[in-house]
Amino acid sequence: MSTVKLTVNGKAVAVDVEDRTLLVQLLRDHLNLTGTHVGCDTSQCGACVVHMDGRAVKSCTMLAGQADGASITTIEGIAKGDELHPMQAAFRDNHGLQCGYCTPGMIMSAIDIVQRHGGQLDEATVRSELEGNICRCTGYHNIVKAVLDAAGRMKVSQAAE
Amino acid sequence: MGVEGIGARVVRKEDKRFITGKGRYVDDIKLLGMTHAHFVRSPHAHAKVKGIDSSAALKMPGVVAVLTGQQIVDDKVGNLICGWAITSKDGSPMKMGAWPAMAPETVRFVGQAVAVVIADSKNLARDAAEAVVVDYEELPAVADMQAAIKSGAPQLHPEASGNQVYDWVIGDEGATDAAFAKAANVVKLDVTNNRLAPNAMEPRAAIADYDAAEEHFTLYTTSQNPHVARLVLSAFYNIAPEHKLRVIAPDVGGGFGSKIFIYPEEMVALWASKKIGRPVKWTGDRTEAFLTDAHGRDHVTHAELAFDANNKITGLKVKTYANFGAYMSLFSSSVPTYLYATLLSGQYNIPAIHAEVIGVYTNTTPVDAYRGAGRPEASYLIERLMETAARQLKVDPAQLRRTNFITQFPHQTPVIMAYDTGDFNASLDAAMKAIDYAGFPARKAKAKSDGKLRGIGVSCYIEACGIAPSKAVGSLGAGVGLWESAEVRVNPVGTIEILTGSHSHGQGHETTFCQLVAERLGVPISQVSIVHGDTDKVQFGMGTYGSRSAAVGLTAILKAMEKMESKAKKIAAHALEASEADIVIENGEFKVTGTDKAIALPMVALAAYTAHNLPDGMEPGLKESAFYDPTNFTFPAGTYICELEVDPGTGKTSFVNFVAADDFGRLINPMIVEGQVHGGLVQGIGQALLEHAIYDASGQPVTASFMDYAMPRADDVPSFNLSHTTTLCPGNPLGIKGCGEAGAIGASAAVINAITDAIGKNNLEMPATPDRVWRTIHAA
Repeated sequence: MSTVKLTVNGKAVAVDVEDRTLLVQLLRDHLNLTGTHVGCDTSQCGACVVHMDGRAVKSCTMLAGQADGASITTIEGIAKGDELHPMQAAFRDNHGLQCGYCTPGMIMSAIDIVQRHGGQLDEATVRSELEGNICRCTGYHNIVKAVLDAAGRMKVSQAAE
Repeated sequence: MGVEGIGARVVRKEDKRFITGKGRYVDDIKLLGMTHAHFVRSPHAHAKVKGIDSSAALKMPGVVAVLTGQQIVDDKVGNLICGWAITSKDGSPMKMGAWPAMAPETVRFVGQAVAVVIADSKNLARDAAEAVVVDYEELPAVADMQAAIKSGAPQLHPEASGNQVYDWVIGDEGATDAAFAKAANVVKLDVTNNRLAPNAMEPRAAIADYDAAEEHFTLYTTSQNPHVARLVLSAFYNIAPEHKLRVIAPDVGGGFGSKIFIYPEEMVALWASKKIGRPVKWTGDRTEAFLTDAHGRDHVTHAELAFDANNKITGLKVKTYANFGAYMSLFSSSVPTYLYATLLSGQYNIPAIHAEVIGVYTNTTPVDAYRGAGRPEASYLIERLMETAARQLKVDPAQLRRTNFITQFPHQTPVIMAYDTGDFNASLDAAMKAIDYAGFPARKAKAKSDGKLRGIGVSCYIEACGIAPSKAVGSLGAGVGLWESAEVRVNPVGTIEILTGSHSHGQGHETTFCQLVAERLGVPISQVSIVHGDTDKVQFGMGTYGSRSAAVGLTAILKAMEKMESKAKKIAAHALEASEADIVIENGEFKVTGTDKAIALPMVALAAYTAHNLPDGMEPGLKESAFYDPTNFTFPAGTYICELEVDPGTGKTSFVNFVAADDFGRLINPMIVEGQVHGGLVQGIGQALLEHAIYDASGQPVTASFMDYAMPRADDVPSFNLSHTTTLCPGNPLGIKGCGEAGAIGASAAVINAITDAIGKNNLEMPATPDRVWRTIHAA
């Protein structure tokens, strides 16, 4: 057992976990943050993507201990109260989700994609960048639309800040 | 009526919880004292279980119990059933091999459970499962269908000699032979329809909770049809009588057919929960999904199409071998028979059809309905045949289809189905215009000068949805009726709850079903809630599959709404001292037509519940229910055209354009319909280009993870160009045909027709991987 100290969605937490505990298990089983999902065992599907120190990571593919001292943001932590993150709003407005299972990971990856590419996104880039997130429902058409839409919205909201 | 009524692109009510991480899937639920199950699964495709030693596992920390197949058989938990009886051509019933929830004696596919470990945590259960020692005696296995039917092949079940499930026929063999005897041209084709893994993104999961005091079970499970699960668990598996078993299917992360069936893990969790006296949770991992979720497709077919001298089809002969895997899954028998062979007429006037379907056991995961279920196999076959015929007869493939389209409705095919309506020329025209079909030769020439092989492929699909008229399916062997039920509850404050037996696992019912209420009453959808997925809340229901939720489920809601409105109008007329016939409903009010007299819905509802001043003899309350049984299947149809380029140096396919022109009848929410089509198209493209569940000769699965099984990724597929042509379905009052499966049914033939057009060689099996395409290009 080890104590892992980290910040999750802005809140400092210390959790005693078995050494083999994965970050996603810490989030889901110990902190009850069940928005982060597990869809595969091989780091392919991306349903578990969260941000660690502002960077997208697959939380099923790292030990909780590797996140010691880090700042983690999950799908539960990106809206400001009732105000959705522009990526969340774009997914809703563009019907970028159906069953919702891949959606948290998609949104967390998509935010990272927009942050890395700034305003230089096009459809081909979005499709290429989403290689690590699998969706079985939407055929990706509306997810790609949502990411491109959100890229514009995020630019606007950054400019406003 | 209004901005949220039928036809409006309303954003989904359910989205807020999904985009904020507040969805509630089975694995998100924790119960007090909950234990965790991990299954001990066979590593062999075929073996005798000679003994199980769980002594070491039982000594490990946190282990509560190790339970085996012999124990579940001893406790008289029923074997898994197949719920649709099919009769072979010799009159004998299908041959169902015994399938216990965990194998006491013999395992017949890799991944079949022989024991389960129950422990205080998931990790501890997993650790202990490693310590369970199973003594297997390996038996010869057969995974390939053609090998399984040869004499001397390993035999799976004593009940099924020659590994044959059934040998079933449909159509008029004499008339078909006569058509072929007189044919001017005959086109022959051998087609393999590749095995697929459904891969809903949420792995299956179950939590069983036994209450000893009440002798009552609660099961949370990943189901598309919780009431069917309760019925089967109760009536056939002896878990508990229905009133002592509550089944809840909360948010479910995709189904595509794979979550219709009641699986061994759910049975074991329920049984184990009673045995140990604590809740039991099982959550599958992805490899377990590949090993145990029912697979789809897996047909090998020889077909021949006869033409007269005017290129009119005169007959169709089909012989199909369908792989069932090791056991008959719940609806597996119906998929390659009544859901497949009844659609072999396609969109075409074919006077004589004869089809024979031979079901085969192999040492592989059981096969059942997967998005489209039999109809993709039929559509792929007939559309590959039409393309092959066009090439052989040297006519334009679109024109050959047009020459043979059914244009008069209703149309009785020679294979049971009676198409009620359609306009196949309209969807073909729309698709050809959208892709600029006429301009294709110039684009092909341009691509050639760039060193690329460009092809175009047409696919004109039809499907039978709105499953299904109960009397008709009953006469064909179905063990259940396929109606739907609904209840409309108007609360005393005028808010409305709709209880439905349909189940949403991505389809957006919480929005579309509200749109019907908004349409009829003129109230905002925020005033309406959809209640589903819980057998304690909804009286009964048959669930969601076969594109049935709008055509059947929503019609049931409409019927209940009509009853409720009728009563509400009586209350309104009484309050307004007007004639019931003069009451109209607008913008949430009951109005006396031609006057300014009105009473708002909440006041009508309050009057119904206070019952201070109701018409004489009227019961209080405002709640009505209805059961709706469809009169016929519905027949969504359309044309997909795909234009793509093949790189002759690598065999890699790149999409240029993909257009879809669908006729789904009336659309409730076009945004959601488009989403359904996008997803279906990518599943069809996935089958055509990427996906294949492969076994080696010994029955070992080669593709049991996302590293080995090629799921479509965003950069594998294009954006789509969709349009709709509309003929309203005459079979239901809303005119709805259904849209859930069309994309998966029509897309794969368009892709393969386009690739074979590009490379100038007709024989190409799915999935058309770059390797396979390159070899086909360069074959002698």
